[in-house]
Amino acid sequence: MPPTEARSDAKTGTPTPASRPTGPLTSAFESWGRYPRYQAHIVPMHWQSEFPANIVGLHNGVLPVGMGRSYGDSCLLKDGNLVLTTGMNRLISFDPNTGILTAEAGITLAQILDFAVPRGFFLPVSPGTKYVTLGGAIANDIHGKNHHVAGTFGSHVTQFELVRSDGSKRLCSPTSDPDWYAATIGGLGLTGLITWASLRMRPIVSRMMDVEYTHFHGVDEFLSLTKLNADSTYTVSWVDVTSTGRNFARGIFMSGEHSTVPGELKPSPEPKLFFPFEAPGFALNKFSVAAFNTAFFHKQMQPYKELVQDYEPYFYPLDAVLHWNRMYGKAGLLQFQYAIPWEHAREGTIEILREVAKSGLASFLAVLKVFGDIPSPGLLSFPQPGITLALDFPIKERLTFPLIERLADMTREFGGRLYPAKDAAMTAAQFQHFYPQWEQLARFRDPVITSSFWERVTGERPAL
Amino acid sequence: MSKKILVLGATSGIAEATCRIWATQGASLFLVARNAEKLVAVAADLKTRGAAYVDFAVADLDDTAQHPSLLTHAINSLGGMDIAYLAHGVLGDQTAGEQSFPAAEQILHTNFVSPVSLLTWLANYCVQRKSGVLAVISSVAGDRGRKSNYLYGSSKAGLSAFLGGLRNRVDREGVTVLTIKPGPVRTPMTAHMPGAEKMADVNAVAAIIVKAIEKRVDVLYVPFQWGPIMGIIQHIPESIFKKLNL
Repeated sequence: MPPTEARSDAKTGTPTPASRPTGPLTSAFESWGRYPRYQAHIVPMHWQSEFPANIVGLHNGVLPVGMGRSYGDSCLLKDGNLVLTTGMNRLISFDPNTGILTAEAGITLAQILDFAVPRGFFLPVSPGTKYVTLGGAIANDIHGKNHHVAGTFGSHVTQFELVRSDGSKRLCSPTSDPDWYAATIGGLGLTGLITWASLRMRPIVSRMMDVEYTHFHGVDEFLSLTKLNADSTYTVSWVDVTSTGRNFARGIFMSGEHSTVPGELKPSPEPKLFFPFEAPGFALNKFSVAAFNTAFFHKQMQPYKELVQDYEPYFYPLDAVLHWNRMYGKAGLLQFQYAIPWEHAREGTIEILREVAKSGLASFLAVLKVFGDIPSPGLLSFPQPGITLALDFPIKERLTFPLIERLADMTREFGGRLYPAKDAAMTAAQFQHFYPQWEQLARFRDPVITSSFWERVTGERPAL
Repeated sequence: MSKKILVLGATSGIAEATCRIWATQGASLFLVARNAEKLVAVAADLKTRGAAYVDFAVADLDDTAQHPSLLTHAINSLGGMDIAYLAHGVLGDQTAGEQSFPAAEQILHTNFVSPVSLLTWLANYCVQRKSGVLAVISSVAGDRGRKSNYLYGSSKAGLSAFLGGLRNRVDREGVTVLTIKPGPVRTPMTAHMPGAEKMADVNAVAAIIVKAIEKRVDVLYVPFQWGPIMGIIQHIPESIFKKLNL
């Protein structure tokens, strides 16, 4: 549809007939880092049967999107069409004997938990936010605190349906169209639209988690704690990346288990807090973040603490404050996450942490974890055995991008790779080095589907 | 005892969200809508969520001649009926309706004539049993005609007036009539409209509707602030109102 028509609709408020599905160009759909910001047409989708009829006649490419929780531009398509799947969120079936839940791909993990927890089931793999869609979790082959024992999210997706823009449908599983299954898991939404998927849930008897918090100083202490807790289901560490000297790489190692004491399995309450406005650009600086990090480290006075806590604050501490990304102000934030294989994992992590501390650029959501060796089912999956570190930086001109570029180069030197879902800055050469299999994925890409990320790192343009 | 609920226009955004709550409570549901594929998807979802019983019929509710047989079939399938929830309706094309009467008539037929036909039958069924709730989705747009959507608005105004009169007749017979007046809600019907992201959340609206039915409310503005807002709008003098762009 020509954009001029869409604009006249917006002006008069006249409803658009069903045959003209897009709205005007809008920047209402943002990625979580709020950088970059692009305009696009939004095509809201509520029924599986709407695709691909709802993209007929559209120009400048199409990208299926969900909650927009990817940080960079992998969920954006500049001047193109975003097929918004969150209205397509129905359950299809659930078998309590096998734990297999089948649902439409626009359902969020929060909605899945609301349904499953009262029935005694939990997500097999959970990221740091529950506000992502099932389809998005597959498309990014996300990981969680249990990667070392459970692998990626995709490992628990038993099957799904993939619909191409030509209307052809594929049932994908490890045994049915396995090449399409592998290309779509971690495939960044490029292989077609996932209409529904089946997920193997894990049983729980309580909402509560048995959690241990342990202080560490330095990467070696982190690694020995990891080894000591190899049998723990969930392990992750927060690390202070602002301190140097004696406090360099101090952090808190957190391990957790689902409580085995039966408890009430009530659904979660709605979050009540939200970050109401964009913070001014100066609010986050090296002093305020260093102060936060020191306070966070010392909030736990004793070096070791055990507690029982609800799964919400354990898995999703930041979800309690909706729109927390506004804390980073108008400029937005850049995320950076690497996975460096064991061979250089220790030295790479130390060097990169040094570089970050030296830069003085604030990062307080620094997450350190060891990835296990369960192979990811996806062609372009990010996790690999070794160490992963996730950092976020407020965008400061002339400072943040050069630092990120340096960190990306270091990641490459240490044999690691970066996470597309958290990237807005890696170069085409870096991406193609990190993921030499990208050309294979390109062969599975739907000709009309692309993303600003994909165009940036491959130079490929949509065929439409 | 599982509530027996008949839902007309069951694939509409508000109806589906409401049914999800009822399903979680273990209700028995009979769904009516035009599109079989959508009905199958909604029915599977409600069944999975815990509905005690889900059945459906594909029907075009514009066809008033079919109403008696459709309603009889639905009530037989449910084995009775505690609540009838009328949620079907179209926004329609105001511009087309201004130029051609058939387009205007279509809006009036779907939003006003069809519910009147259904409610006439259903009210008599409930009066006979001295029980039942008739919950009907009208709209704040029916409180005052505006140039941007007075065809939709007048169809809902007629419906609201009809419901007021029906309530006056059957309330003393033990039958509750609930007029639901939603403000703009984010649903498939409004997804294409500018500002859709700022509209009320459909699940919050549905939760309020479920509570209002339990409490046997007469008229419900949802979200609540639309009550006072429409109170003000209704009291703007016509000499001023006619010059506004609303």
